[in-house]
Amino acid sequence: MSVTIKQGEFFSLLGPSGCGKTTLLRIIAGFDYPDHGRVLFDNKDILPIPPDKRQSNTIFQTYALFPHLTVYENIAFPLRLRKLGKDEIDERVKHYVHMVQLDDHLYKKPSMLSGGQKQRVAIARALINEPSVLLLDEPLSALDAKLRQNLLVELDDIHDKVGITFIYVTHDQSEALGVSDRIAVMDKGKILQIGTPYEIYEAPATRFVAQFIGETNIFSCTVLSCEPFENEYMIVVDVPALGTTINVTDLEPQEVGSEFDFTVRPEKIRITLNPPRSTAAGLNVFKGVVEEPVYSGFQSKYYVKLDDIPTAPLMKAFKQHTVFLEDGPDIEWKDSVYLSWTAVDGYLVKDVDR
Amino acid sequence: MNHHTYSKKKRPSFSNTMLILTILFLFVPLFVVTFFSFNSAKGMQWEHASLIWYKTLIFDSPSLWLAFRNSIIIALTSSVTATVLGSLAAIGITWYRFKGRSYITTISYLPMVLPEVIIGISMLIFFSSVKIRLGMFTIFVAHTTFNLPFVFMMVQARLDEFDYSTIEAARDLGANERQALVKVVIPAIMPAILSSFLMCTTMSLEDFVITFFVSGPGSGTLPLYVYSMIRYGVSPVINALSFVMILGTMLIAFTFRRFLKTAAASA
Repeated sequence: MSVTIKQGEFFSLLGPSGCGKTTLLRIIAGFDYPDHGRVLFDNKDILPIPPDKRQSNTIFQTYALFPHLTVYENIAFPLRLRKLGKDEIDERVKHYVHMVQLDDHLYKKPSMLSGGQKQRVAIARALINEPSVLLLDEPLSALDAKLRQNLLVELDDIHDKVGITFIYVTHDQSEALGVSDRIAVMDKGKILQIGTPYEIYEAPATRFVAQFIGETNIFSCTVLSCEPFENEYMIVVDVPALGTTINVTDLEPQEVGSEFDFTVRPEKIRITLNPPRSTAAGLNVFKGVVEEPVYSGFQSKYYVKLDDIPTAPLMKAFKQHTVFLEDGPDIEWKDSVYLSWTAVDGYLVKDVDR
Repeated sequence: MNHHTYSKKKRPSFSNTMLILTILFLFVPLFVVTFFSFNSAKGMQWEHASLIWYKTLIFDSPSLWLAFRNSIIIALTSSVTATVLGSLAAIGITWYRFKGRSYITTISYLPMVLPEVIIGISMLIFFSSVKIRLGMFTIFVAHTTFNLPFVFMMVQARLDEFDYSTIEAARDLGANERQALVKVVIPAIMPAILSSFLMCTTMSLEDFVITFFVSGPGSGTLPLYVYSMIRYGVSPVINALSFVMILGTMLIAFTFRRFLKTAAASA
């Protein structure tokens, strides 16, 4: 595999644990050595260079603060190694301490800090050398959800301020989607797709990417027919699991008989008590019963059992709650409902593992 | 508060009894020794208070002071050597993967579990077979050997809690391997290093069995000297010496506790 990361980019390596994303980051940092391959920085192979001579700094999952040093000494550590003058060190430490809002904690030891504060110290310490690349190894995974959100926004903010390249390793797709310029989705040591968060979510390249990012409904299918439709192609696929056919559009013409996975995101599926009135071309309509409604405030998730097909997996349909009066009547447990989505909202993806 | 009233009302009598017995067995002998050190007579019959034995101890016991000097020299040198070697061994074994690593770990615990007599005899046989004259040097070697596993164990326990990525962080931030060791690893495990040093000193000062086998003429340590003295009847000088040592040990113990507390607070 090959990845090119642009200067100043917020680039994420996203994948499940054990997919090799951290190993890739450690190779870039210099802690691990690849069996083969090259790591180029400004067209120069940096593999022979030890970590202390590389122009990257790392933020670790476990913070990796020096326990015997105060916040100030931790942040000043790289500058003291470089034997900078006292005044210059002081000025730069104060600058970065201010950036991560730790002005009141300068002389505390790491053991007296909270998780969020520790990670801020680690951020300041990694930035103070003004590296060309900042490597972040799941920096937020040890923090609680609220703090994670706040610190993520702060990280994005810091990225805008310092303007250096961030390479961010995470298994949390919402983190990656939220802040990245581009994402590389990895699995089993391979990169499956590289793209903007929008591309990754809306046009997943493989079955794995579609399933890993967000939630989705996914079925194996075979192409029955393919005809031009506006700028795209209208394809009819046979879905054995649902015992019926589905209409779906694709940018490429697909050969009749070829096998794919069909996927549609739950929030693209409209769930209604009455039959849909839409007349969009290739509208897919299914009738079913709500097996499991899950209310979560801003949206409700419905797990729907389709009529007539007892073996079909439950379909997921999400309904967003926006304007109270326009939400329509409540859909409850055991209600008979209609599921509908347009052909444009579905996708055909490849299963590379097959 | 609830548990407070409980503890006042009803204390299990068994634990009370055990507590009192323990304190009695621990401290009564010490009091007896202290008491008789101020006795003017030689025997166990109290005559009147006097400091004569302290006078003898300080001004009239040249060979005791020689043994004391030997003890101090050996305690310090062997503790320093064992602390340095044991700490480095712990760092090496914890962080570097190499063949026979687990065997070395097991072997290094051996001197701790083997009976002292066996270590003493085997060292005596070893030294005489390679024709090293018994004396200060052989005691130093023996003490370093039995101190090593304790340092190794204590430093390794500390290293186990130590996050390896901290070293990677140091390297990442511009420290070379040696700087990472000197500026990050060693300061971070300093409390363990210092407490194992103090433990070594204590064990070296009080060791009798192993020292007994490997000492030569003129190289006897304080425990050996005290033993040789009581073979010809208990001299009250020993009582005086005991009280001085009780005071000294308590002083060291309290300073050590203070030190450990500050170390724990800063870690």
